[in-house]
Amino acid sequence: MAIVTLTIDGEQLSAKDDESLLQVARQHKIDIPTLCHLDGISDVGACRLCLVEVEGWTKLAPACTTRPLEGMVVHTSTDRLKKYRRMIVGLLASEGNHQCAVCTVNNHCELQNLAYDVGLLYVRVPYLYPDKHIDASHESFILDHNRCVLCTRCVRVCHEVEGAHVWDIAGRGIDCEIISDLNQPWGSSESCTSCGKCVLVCPTGALVKKGESVAEMEKHTEFLKYIVTARRKGEWISVDTDEE
Amino acid sequence: MKLKVATVWLGGCSGCHMSLLDLDERLIDLADRITLVYSPIADVKDFPRDVDVTLVEGAVANVEHEEFAHLIRRNSRFVVSFGDCAVTGNVTAMRNGLDTEEVLKRSYVELADLTPRIPRDYPTIAELMPQARPLHEFITVDAFIHGCPPTADQIWTAVSELLEGKKPALSHVFLRYG
Repeated sequence: MAIVTLTIDGEQLSAKDDESLLQVARQHKIDIPTLCHLDGISDVGACRLCLVEVEGWTKLAPACTTRPLEGMVVHTSTDRLKKYRRMIVGLLASEGNHQCAVCTVNNHCELQNLAYDVGLLYVRVPYLYPDKHIDASHESFILDHNRCVLCTRCVRVCHEVEGAHVWDIAGRGIDCEIISDLNQPWGSSESCTSCGKCVLVCPTGALVKKGESVAEMEKHTEFLKYIVTARRKGEWISVDTDEE
Repeated sequence: MKLKVATVWLGGCSGCHMSLLDLDERLIDLADRITLVYSPIADVKDFPRDVDVTLVEGAVANVEHEEFAHLIRRNSRFVVSFGDCAVTGNVTAMRNGLDTEEVLKRSYVELADLTPRIPRDYPTIAELMPQARPLHEFITVDAFIHGCPPTADQIWTAVSELLEGKKPALSHVFLRYG
C-alpha cells in the first residue's frame, strides 16, 4: 500500500492506492451515484453509474473498480457523465417492468431514487415490456424478475457473506437473469439457508419478503457493516480465504 | 385573457383527475384564471382547436387513444403527460406481456357477472392495441407531471408555472414516480 496524490473535481487529495476511486471520493464528500456497489461486498462495476472521466484516458472508468494513481485527474460530474447516467437509468427502466405505484418497495427503492437524482423526466428509448416471470416458490421470499436490474448484489452477498452461493446469472443480453442453484425454483434450493441477506441488499423490488403490500417494504443493509467489521477483526471466517 | 386548458383521460384509472380535483379551494383560484375547454369533468363533445395547455392522463392503450393523441397535439400549444401512466405506461402497461385476446377474455368473459361477452362487435368501441404505451412514444410532449397519482401540490406547482407562461421546471421534490 502506498499513498498517492490525485485530483478529483478540482480538489487535490491523497489516497491509499489500494482503495477505489469511489471510496476516495466519498471520503471527501464527493458524491458519485451508484447502484451495484454496496459497502461490505466486493465491487464488480456492473451498473456503470459510477463512471468517471480521467484526463488522458480515452475510456470512461467505473469509480468502484478503478484504483487511484499518482497524478490522476478525475472528473465525476461533467455534463457528458450526467447525460450517460440519465441514459443508464432510463435503459434500466426500459428493460424491466417497474411499476412503482404497485411495488412493495415503492418510495424505498434505490432505482427510484436514482431516477430522481439523475433527473429522469421520461425514458427516451422505447420500453421493452419484457415477458419476465416471478418465482414465489420460496416459503418466505419472492423473486420478481420484472424488477431485477442485474446488479448482482444478491449473488455477491450470498457468496461472500453468507457463504451459501445460491445465486448466479444465466443467459445472455436481454435474457440474462438471476438463477438459484442450477436454475431450480428457489423454494427447492438445497443451498439456500433462508437467511434473507439477498432480499435486504436488493436495491429494487426484485427480491422481497412475502406478505408485504405496496410501499411496505424497506430494505436495511446496516447488518453488513457488523458482519464485515467482525470478519476484519478475525471474529469471522471469510468464505474466500477459507481452505484456500 | 384566460388560458384555455383541456384535460384528457386516455388509458388510466381517472386517479390523476381525482388528484386534480384535490386542489380543493385552489380550484376557485384556477377557475378565475383558466377556461376549461375540454375535460372528462366538463360536458364538451369535441376536442376544440386552439387549446393553450392540455393535460393528458393515461397510457395510449387503444387505436382511438392514438388517433386522439395526434389531434391533441395538432390543437394544443403545450401538451403535458399527466401522471405515471402517460409518462411510463405504469399499471395500464402491466398487461403488455400478455396476449390481448387473453386479456379481453379474462376481463369481459371470465370475470363478468352479467352478459359475458367481449365488446368487439360494437363499432363504437375502439380496438385494444397489443401494448399500452406512454404518450411521448406517439407525440411530442412538452412537460411531465409524475406520480400515481400526482399529488395536488405537484399539480398546483406545475399548473401555476404553466399559467405564468413558464415550462414547469420540476425540481427534485416534485419528480416522484409511483
